[in-house]
Amino acid sequence: MRHIISILMENEPGALSRVVGLFAQRNYNIETLNVAPTDDPTLSRLTVTTIGDDRVIEQITKHLNKLIDVVKLVDLTEGNHIERELMLVKVKALGAARDEVKRTADIFRAQIVDVTPSLYTVQITGDAGKLDAFLQAMAPVGVLEVARTGVSGIARGEKVLNL
Amino acid sequence: MELLSGADMIARFLQDEGVEYIYGYPGGAALHIYDALFRQDKVKHILVRHEQAATHAADGYARAAGKPGVVLVTSGPGATNAVTGIATAYMDSIPMVVLCGQVMSHLIGDDAFQETDIIGVTRPIVKHSFSIKHPSEIPEVLKKAFYLASTGRPGPVVVDIPKDMTAPTERYEYVYPKKVKLRSYNPVTRGHTGQIKKAVELMLKAKRPVFYTGGGVVTGNASEALTDLVQRLGFPITTTLMGIGSYPQGDRQCLGWLGMHGSYESNMAMHHADLVIAIGARFDDRVTNNTSKFCPTAKIVHVDIDPSSVSKTVRADVPIVGPAQSVINEMISLVQGKENAHPEALDEWWQKIDGWREERHGKLYEPSQPGEQLKPQEVIEALFKTTNGEAFITTDVGQHQMFAAQYYKFAKPNRFITSGGLGTMGFGFPAAMGIKMSYPDDEVVCITGEGSFQMMMQELSTCKQYGVGVKIVNLNNGSLGMVRQWQDLNYKSRHAHSYMESLPDFQQLIESYGFTAMRVNTKEELEPALERAFADKHELVFLDVYVDPREHVYPMQVPLGSMRDMLLSKTERT
Repeated sequence: MRHIISILMENEPGALSRVVGLFAQRNYNIETLNVAPTDDPTLSRLTVTTIGDDRVIEQITKHLNKLIDVVKLVDLTEGNHIERELMLVKVKALGAARDEVKRTADIFRAQIVDVTPSLYTVQITGDAGKLDAFLQAMAPVGVLEVARTGVSGIARGEKVLNL
Repeated sequence: MELLSGADMIARFLQDEGVEYIYGYPGGAALHIYDALFRQDKVKHILVRHEQAATHAADGYARAAGKPGVVLVTSGPGATNAVTGIATAYMDSIPMVVLCGQVMSHLIGDDAFQETDIIGVTRPIVKHSFSIKHPSEIPEVLKKAFYLASTGRPGPVVVDIPKDMTAPTERYEYVYPKKVKLRSYNPVTRGHTGQIKKAVELMLKAKRPVFYTGGGVVTGNASEALTDLVQRLGFPITTTLMGIGSYPQGDRQCLGWLGMHGSYESNMAMHHADLVIAIGARFDDRVTNNTSKFCPTAKIVHVDIDPSSVSKTVRADVPIVGPAQSVINEMISLVQGKENAHPEALDEWWQKIDGWREERHGKLYEPSQPGEQLKPQEVIEALFKTTNGEAFITTDVGQHQMFAAQYYKFAKPNRFITSGGLGTMGFGFPAAMGIKMSYPDDEVVCITGEGSFQMMMQELSTCKQYGVGVKIVNLNNGSLGMVRQWQDLNYKSRHAHSYMESLPDFQQLIESYGFTAMRVNTKEELEPALERAFADKHELVFLDVYVDPREHVYPMQVPLGSMRDMLLSKTERT
């Protein structure tokens, strides 16, 4: 099962390497990873997507909680949540393909954020599945470069992850 | 207001923290700190001969004294030499603070002379680590380091100190922080009452219960409480290697220790139990054998201070996260007045266990005949007799370690001191040194083998410098016994590099340091040699005891089997 784990951790040097190192050290897998400071400058929020059975996920959350730099964490996939990822893609846009790319981007509610005579740079947000689908749709046209941020997420409703 | 340099702050902090000994080795990046230590006389610095020994000595001290061991090393090779000892402490949850010198801040990342990213190197083997960014934060960081090392599930903490942080010219205000708080670190102080109730209900219903207790009982100072609980209930108890002594081994209710080389009755009882009460133990692979065949009929109660230990390898039916002592005390108050719930069932269970005991009685090994080479087991039994079972015993790793654990019967916790988790050869001698310095009037014996001893024998020089009177019993079989045993069992006795050619004459070697050494070949020589060795508590004596290299450690669990699948001798199997 795929899980999205969001972590509040000390915004200190070395904290990230402890979290990432834990995954390597204990043979857990990281599908995506996303980290940035929060509104509280002493805290960073790190979101990791990982795959494992219940036993593995339980161990991952327990070991993460054990890290001194980890202040709080939540497994977003345990409840309703919003999952987003941002992707920037450079695709070939020549001749007939130029319109095709624009049309497909509109269908996906993506935006073209940079243009050259031969390519478009498209920005798209959504869950991982939507981004994959867009890449698939663009494949015949020719995808030149992909930059994905990795998944970020937040719980739906009243649930809040803060101190 | 007191203004101190970073180096003086470190020395002062160690004094204020009540540190008695610091084990270390100087070098460029640590020199300001060494100078500060030189100018005071409260904290005693012990100069080892290799940084690995500093960590093992601090580790031995910590295990025996129950306080964090403290190490000081320089940057680069000084710090990397300490790594094995840090990993050893980490695997056995031993409180330790390791202060590492580091190159000056502005040189970090430049591949400067003697620069190593020791925070990075040690990341997977520490409880936590700190890097000093400004001299003024030294007191608080050190307090946090000691606090983290010694609370919750203890472990080593590394503090990396760039040389410019300790410069004598830069002075800042020093105040000893009596307390520190970390918002993300709140070790549990008691277990969940509902869960404890559930556990006790199972205990009172159980027909074939067994306690299985580990190092957490020892570190958690819970031996007394445990003994009380076990005796009230009348249940059998087996301990892990790390838990040896958490319950008196001579007592009838104690089945010995369990696992790969555990006692026959322990492993049989575990396999047939209907309730396993695990306290401060972590279902390590050397205990459980094949987890899918582990204790097939038992419900499992698991008490541990570390939530990540619970249900890690074996799923607990009743998980309890809490410190051993408080959980056991709560269990006692719930059990009180309700003991002896199923006397007949328990009686029947004991009959079964006594039957297993009887089966193996007197068959554990064949003692040597007069004139024959000694058996390692009988050396340990003789040592047990000579020391009245009261010595601190440290070991290295291998056959001698297992024999020591099997044949020396410990009545108290913190007396059997061994590298259980990491299995570090070379641990025993420096650990013994660390213990002897804080317990000068107790007997401290390092049981070792010629393979392990040679890994840390340079510490003879340290013992000479500080007059450390440990006893060393070298079970010399001229080979790496445990490796050889596995080669006998799994590789048709092809002894690939498990023999020790070109051994030194240990007697001459030891004597060259001015110590006493004796060579023992036969049973007749053994007792007088032991008597002589223990004649003076303050004298280092080395016994080079030649033992039978063909001897194997039994019982030995069969790989991938259940707890009860054991080889009992070279020819018997369960």
